[in-house]
Amino acid sequence: MLGPVDLSRLPSFSETRRAVGARAALPLDRRSFVRLALGTGAGLVIGGLIESVPAGAEAAAASNAYDGVFTPFVRISPDNVVTVLIKHQDMGQGVTTGLSTLVADELDADWAQVVPEFSPANVALYKNFAFGVQGTGGSTAISNSFEQYRKAGAAARSMIVQAAAKRWGVAADSIKVSKGVVTSGAHSATFGDLAQEAAAVPVPADPTLKTPDQFTYIGKSFPRLDSKAKTTGARLYTQDVQLPGMLVATLARPARFGGVVKSVDDTAARAVKGVVDVVTTSRGVAVLATSTYPAIRARELLKITWDDAKADMRGTDALVAEYQKLADTPGVVAKAGDAEAALAKADRVIEASYVFPYLAHAPMEPMNCVAQFKDGRATLWTASQLQTVDQAVTAAIFGIKPEDVTINTLWAGGSFGRRGTYDADYIAETAEIVKVTGRGEPIKLVWTREDDIKGGYYRPVYVHKVRVGLDKDGAILGWHHRIVGQSIVSGTMFESALVKDGVDGTSVEGVSDTPYAIPNMHVELHSTTVGVRPLWWRSVGHTHTAYVMETMIDEVAAAGGKDPVEFRLALLAKHPRHTSVLKLAAEKAGWGTPAPEGVFRGVAVHESFKSFVAEVAEVRLVDGKPKVERVVAAVDCGLAVNADNIRSQVEGGVGFGLGAVLHGKVTLKDGVVEQGNFDSYEVLRINEMPRVEVHIVPSAEAPTGIGEPGVPPVGPAVANAISAGTGQRVRVLPFDVGLKLG
Amino acid sequence: MTTFQINGRDVTVSVEDDTPLLWVVRDELGLVGSKFGCGVAQCGACTMHLDGQPVRACVTPVSDVAGRKVTTIEGISGSVADAVRDAWVKLDVVQCGYCQSGQVMSAVALLAESPAPSDADIDTAMSGNICRCNTYQRIRTAIHDAATTLKG
Repeated sequence: MLGPVDLSRLPSFSETRRAVGARAALPLDRRSFVRLALGTGAGLVIGGLIESVPAGAEAAAASNAYDGVFTPFVRISPDNVVTVLIKHQDMGQGVTTGLSTLVADELDADWAQVVPEFSPANVALYKNFAFGVQGTGGSTAISNSFEQYRKAGAAARSMIVQAAAKRWGVAADSIKVSKGVVTSGAHSATFGDLAQEAAAVPVPADPTLKTPDQFTYIGKSFPRLDSKAKTTGARLYTQDVQLPGMLVATLARPARFGGVVKSVDDTAARAVKGVVDVVTTSRGVAVLATSTYPAIRARELLKITWDDAKADMRGTDALVAEYQKLADTPGVVAKAGDAEAALAKADRVIEASYVFPYLAHAPMEPMNCVAQFKDGRATLWTASQLQTVDQAVTAAIFGIKPEDVTINTLWAGGSFGRRGTYDADYIAETAEIVKVTGRGEPIKLVWTREDDIKGGYYRPVYVHKVRVGLDKDGAILGWHHRIVGQSIVSGTMFESALVKDGVDGTSVEGVSDTPYAIPNMHVELHSTTVGVRPLWWRSVGHTHTAYVMETMIDEVAAAGGKDPVEFRLALLAKHPRHTSVLKLAAEKAGWGTPAPEGVFRGVAVHESFKSFVAEVAEVRLVDGKPKVERVVAAVDCGLAVNADNIRSQVEGGVGFGLGAVLHGKVTLKDGVVEQGNFDSYEVLRINEMPRVEVHIVPSAEAPTGIGEPGVPPVGPAVANAISAGTGQRVRVLPFDVGLKLG
Repeated sequence: MTTFQINGRDVTVSVEDDTPLLWVVRDELGLVGSKFGCGVAQCGACTMHLDGQPVRACVTPVSDVAGRKVTTIEGISGSVADAVRDAWVKLDVVQCGYCQSGQVMSAVALLAESPAPSDADIDTAMSGNICRCNTYQRIRTAIHDAATTLKG
């Protein structure tokens, strides 16, 4: 989803309006890294000595006597603990386990001695190679780290082996390492025993990596490192941060996007026991209290007059009507083909218009951040997803350098894209509150669920208009496709990487690059301007493009009286990875055999984030509503680093995508969001969760994404099943709105 | 002033009577395993047991628990809780984990009442607990697994 970003395009803030020139690598945090050695290889920088690191490693650092192997990615301490520094955010996708696996395998560590820890924010050491900044998204965590973390493990192993060879006076090649135990003949030692001597060994720049047949952990299903702590209440999130003297803040934001505070009467709010301050920032009115509940209660008592002069007053009905008109006019060409001429010659033209709603991410943990400004330095405790952006935005607000912003990245209670904002929204809100109050105490800003659902940063509204011309046999002659909607990245630092010739790639991905052998395909885009902030939402453009492509292809197959699987396979002849997942899902689902009485099947296949997923949905219609009983998925995401985690991500992705197509919608009336909590913004609950079977295609290709690719196919697979059962094509999402059954 | 028992310990707190139990437990007592997800009893992340019955602590005024026994994720124990946790770990149910304190508390309450629940029983008992990672399939399997363990 992302490419290298332009850091000179950081958002500006009304209060500071500072240009930020953090284009190049950020200097190292002086306090965190006092010695750096030997930086080489494909981004591998190894050999730094960390004197004190934030959060989890405080205890080790406090002694200032760390005497083991110590690199930016791996630490081995005399107590035989292997700490893996995780450069990515773990929002549930399991990357802490995944990256630890890569290190543990090459190091030949025992799984029980491995402890993950989030790395500091430091773009020089911890950038995502897919972005050029430190950050997580686009299902890139494993793919961009695969070689880097394996090399880090292999380097540490080499240091341990050399230390053992020296101690025992034996040849290095006589030494074996298995499950954290180092042996040679009668000699035996643990990593911990050798940690001090290994630390003196120069870090190899280009250690030898294992061949796949030598893997001990990679490719196996082994347990997550975070399961236990997440079932005992021990796992802490930003919401749980308690610091001495900390204040808790809530922020009253304008009801309309673009509104600003005109005046505020805070008398009643200030009278609430526990409230210590009320301040106005460029973004709203903040209430600060000694604990959470008074901050929430007192905010309800603020009497604020808003200035909506610059606010977007449109409702979503008006917006959709505008989009539909635009869809009838030429847009910017995203893919050129002579569709009109082909359509003119067609025996039959299928025409369809689709409407997709705004969607909130609604992670279980509402947005939050703890920030402190003291002695010219800012410190954040938050589930940072784009650390480099969060660092730079915070620095701009305080007028300090990015390297003077320390980020303690914490576990995220979900994200689905929400925490990866191009303007660091809730982090910037917190920093601004800290700045305006001038307080030295840490301040924790908490969002309520209503703040989250009403807060924007949605998957944008999109309208698609498609015309497909067929010959008398049902073969496709031409395909004309227009997409209308907001650009997610326009005006952000991601624009230069992702917008080409006026086309935001995230608006058309999945259509303009379709693998189907479609002749005379023409794709156009209208990028609209709306006050509602858009954002990537788990699988980004594929959330709508896969739905349109896969339901249209299904409709074309049906028009020609062809089997949906056979029809797709014929158009995918040059795409073996698509066809293999499609065939596998069809076979495992029993495609072609009778479905259970009253059950209808639908299929979809889609590539996203370089992974390939096909899904077959079995749907029963109960009282006029679809009940999805079973989803069979087949996945090719390259080499399966952890098969069980892949299954887990696809199971979850199916539920996430299904909830959205069944119920998900954020609507606006006169510019005001109509939903507020889970009673009005409905998400999937357990009673609607189908049985999900996930089958993985064995592959030796480099690993690709899995956090997102399970999401796109489920909506169209279910829609195609509904069509198979009723003949009705659902083109207005969600189904709660667009599916009308008797 | 309200006095109640939490995880076997008597506590007295000095907060407004209408303060939700969730915020008393999290902010006054420092037990942060129970989560805030919605504030309106829609998501179940705050689920605690009150005299053994599951309640949504985000809408339970602290005055309602005076003299009663509150159990949180930090305090839940016994064979049912052990079986549930073991099943959760064995099957790697969790993803982000934020909802899982509430899921575990609801699952323990279900199994205490109904030792061999059907899928439909599970769906009914657990539909008040939202998981945005959609770990529901594994939650179902883990509850069956825990039930099997408890049956011996």
